[in-house]
Amino acid sequence: MKWPFIKLIPKNTKFGFVRFSIPAAVVSVVLCIASLVSCFTLGLNFGIDFKGGTVVEAVWDKPINLAQVRERVGNMNLRDVGVQDFQEPNQAMIRFLPPEGADASATVDSVKAELRAIMPGVKFPRVEVVGPKVSEELGTNGALALGIAIILVVLYIWSRFELQMGFGSIVALAHDIILTLGFMSITQLDFSLTTIAALLTIIGYSMNDTVVVFDRMRENMRKYKKMSFGDIIDLSTNETLSRTIITALTTFLALLGLTVVGGETMQVFTVIMLFGVFIGTYSSIYVAAPVLILWPPKRGAEKAAARTEADARP
Amino acid sequence: MLHVARWRVLAVIIVSLLGLIFALPNALPQSVRDSMPSFLPSKTVNLGLDLQGGSYLMFEVESQVVYKARLETVADDLVRELRGQKRPGELGAAKTPILFAGRGLTPDGQVARVTIQNAADVQEAIKRIQTLASPVIGLTGPTGRNDLDVKAAPGNVIEIRLTEEAKVAMTRRAVSQSIEVIRRRIDETGTKEPAITRQGVDRIVVQAPGESDPEKLKRLVGQTARLTFQMVDESVPPAEAAAGRIPPGSVLLEQPGQPGEPFVLVRRRALVTGDNLTKADPGFDQQSGEPAVTFQFDGAGGRAFARASTENVGKRFAIILDDKVLSAPSIREPILGGNGQISGSFTIESANELATLLRAGALPAPLKVMEQRTVGPELGRDSINAGATAGVIAMLLVVVFMILAYGIIFGGIAILALTINLILILAAMTAVGATLTLPGIAGLILTIGAAVDANVLIYERMREEELAGRSTALAIDAGFKRAIVTVMDANVTALLTALILFYFGAGPVRGFAWTLSIGVITSLFTAILMTQVLVAAWYRQTKPKRLPI
Repeated sequence: MKWPFIKLIPKNTKFGFVRFSIPAAVVSVVLCIASLVSCFTLGLNFGIDFKGGTVVEAVWDKPINLAQVRERVGNMNLRDVGVQDFQEPNQAMIRFLPPEGADASATVDSVKAELRAIMPGVKFPRVEVVGPKVSEELGTNGALALGIAIILVVLYIWSRFELQMGFGSIVALAHDIILTLGFMSITQLDFSLTTIAALLTIIGYSMNDTVVVFDRMRENMRKYKKMSFGDIIDLSTNETLSRTIITALTTFLALLGLTVVGGETMQVFTVIMLFGVFIGTYSSIYVAAPVLILWPPKRGAEKAAARTEADARP
Repeated sequence: MLHVARWRVLAVIIVSLLGLIFALPNALPQSVRDSMPSFLPSKTVNLGLDLQGGSYLMFEVESQVVYKARLETVADDLVRELRGQKRPGELGAAKTPILFAGRGLTPDGQVARVTIQNAADVQEAIKRIQTLASPVIGLTGPTGRNDLDVKAAPGNVIEIRLTEEAKVAMTRRAVSQSIEVIRRRIDETGTKEPAITRQGVDRIVVQAPGESDPEKLKRLVGQTARLTFQMVDESVPPAEAAAGRIPPGSVLLEQPGQPGEPFVLVRRRALVTGDNLTKADPGFDQQSGEPAVTFQFDGAGGRAFARASTENVGKRFAIILDDKVLSAPSIREPILGGNGQISGSFTIESANELATLLRAGALPAPLKVMEQRTVGPELGRDSINAGATAGVIAMLLVVVFMILAYGIIFGGIAILALTINLILILAAMTAVGATLTLPGIAGLILTIGAAVDANVLIYERMREEELAGRSTALAIDAGFKRAIVTVMDANVTALLTALILFYFGAGPVRGFAWTLSIGVITSLFTAILMTQVLVAAWYRQTKPKRLPI
């Protein structure tokens, strides 16, 4: 038997990652600027969680005449009415904002009554009403969650590694979040509560990757005291490359399974996560580490850390 | 060398067994669970409303209405104080009257004002009005503060406001009372147990699982159901009243379902209110045969109504529910029995609902729907099935990949650790009563992909150590020791983000945070402890010369 069947990565790679760090940095900066421009011009497609409003999913036993639905609901003096087909022809998704000052919850009941009038026996498997006050709070909470997550994660990395590494991780995180937001803005995917969950998970994943590389760098800095910092980065990235790729692949495979889960929000979640896994892997190699070339950690400082860790070593 | 402490082996075995026992009920049908001996756990994991179907409703208590009612009472009572009249039962000499004018509430209802005619009287007036204040009772007892803040404003005006403490206490009381009333109403209908919880300061969340009609639930929960009996004001012809000529002390109310008389002018003062009802039942009108609600007053209500109807024979009174006139009949003869009937445009169902609402009592303040999320049970079942399919696909892909990448033994160990990990997550969620939601399933599936990371880190390290020339046993040992630091560091960041999500997320997203944070902890256990025990056992069995990875 010759296990393993597949050797994805040769055992000793010697890619010169640092050599490409300048073009990579240019690409990253350009992509970040493009993402920011897209966020400010195209904007994000906020769903009702953050914008407030109503979504009604309707299922009938016959195909739904969208034009008729559009006309009837359009005549109800609602704001921002949107009617679209949804998965099957006998399903429809209706979105709207209630008239200014009207009770959103009562409005949705009258819309349901109107739809029942033209489609007897129609069912509503999903109804969501989010009032303006709630959506505002959800938005504040989402932003707070992202902000606090970034601060805590960076503080943790700073406390476990060096200040410079904390800085490198901030840059990597900002890069990941900006690019993911840019991606959401260009694709106009629905930005919902689940998106915040996905963003936080991407933060966790990306930091996980960054920590693994930093961890190896710390070790190599102790091992090879004379090696230049660029070489340390190259060596550490190469040594962890096999793990980086395998973990990215297993996460990718699991997410592939998730694509079968129906529902718009879950599909969006999966797409964002797939994008995030890719970006997070890239940023640990080409954002977090190269920042350290610009601002390398002091080579004496790791000695103190080495002593505290010495007991753990065999 | 490669010595694994016995407690580690024991811990792995015991925790895995406990995990199996707690997770098992989830895989068994209800009938088997019911017949299991009682010492075995039979709890299954809580499913979120997005998976089992149901309605989530968040209401806000409009406490402004309660504040306004209190200030209205104060504005009425201060008349007596300023005139120097004695309160019922008060001893001592009557005080000198203070002249005043322009008494009333500001349009937003948050300030009561009165203008004193004589500037010299303002201080005395403030002193008298302050006697109307009552102490604020906080959560832990009296706060030592009064509920009214009485101040002089320019132009001999006295302004009366509620203190912040009073507002907080009144809101808290209104929410508690509302929850009581809602619970009574829901108990009356005997529907499947909805959960009613207070959220924040002034909010109430009602979660009703299963096949439920959100519209009916909203009517049942959200209706104030304040019933009053008030005299109709016939001093002004209806047409003039509709045109805006409304006498002081009266108010024009809508009468839906009566095209002949869409508005009725009624006296503000209520003769009797719904608080005085002892019974309310759906029934039929004797004459028309249409659905109606019959009721009975308590002693005080019966006497008050008897007196009012005796004094007003020939005139009309109005039965009013939440500021809408249900009917406005004429009093043909004194109504002395304390019984009555409300007819109007009822269906059997709406008569039934009204009777239920009246029996359970009125809400202290109106409730406003802030958020509503309803998922049909079929959609929930579909989501569970899709989630299960996704999980199986993800698991298969990862299993095949791990075996291809690390071989039967090390790949197999990683998969066993992963399987136990999933079982432990389910067991932990079942045991602590966490809620599994659709995003939670996504979290589980993501865990399938991410949890093997720890195994990958450990294996890769072993591989390296062996390449560096160590013996197999030393390579294994060093692989674990060095990788664990990395695994810990890497997982702490994941745990941090999951905990933040748990704190800030609502509903389904919180379910995601549950599975993610539990998953991080269990994966540390399975990846580090369990993998170590299994690899050590394998090593002792086979004594290999080389690592098969």
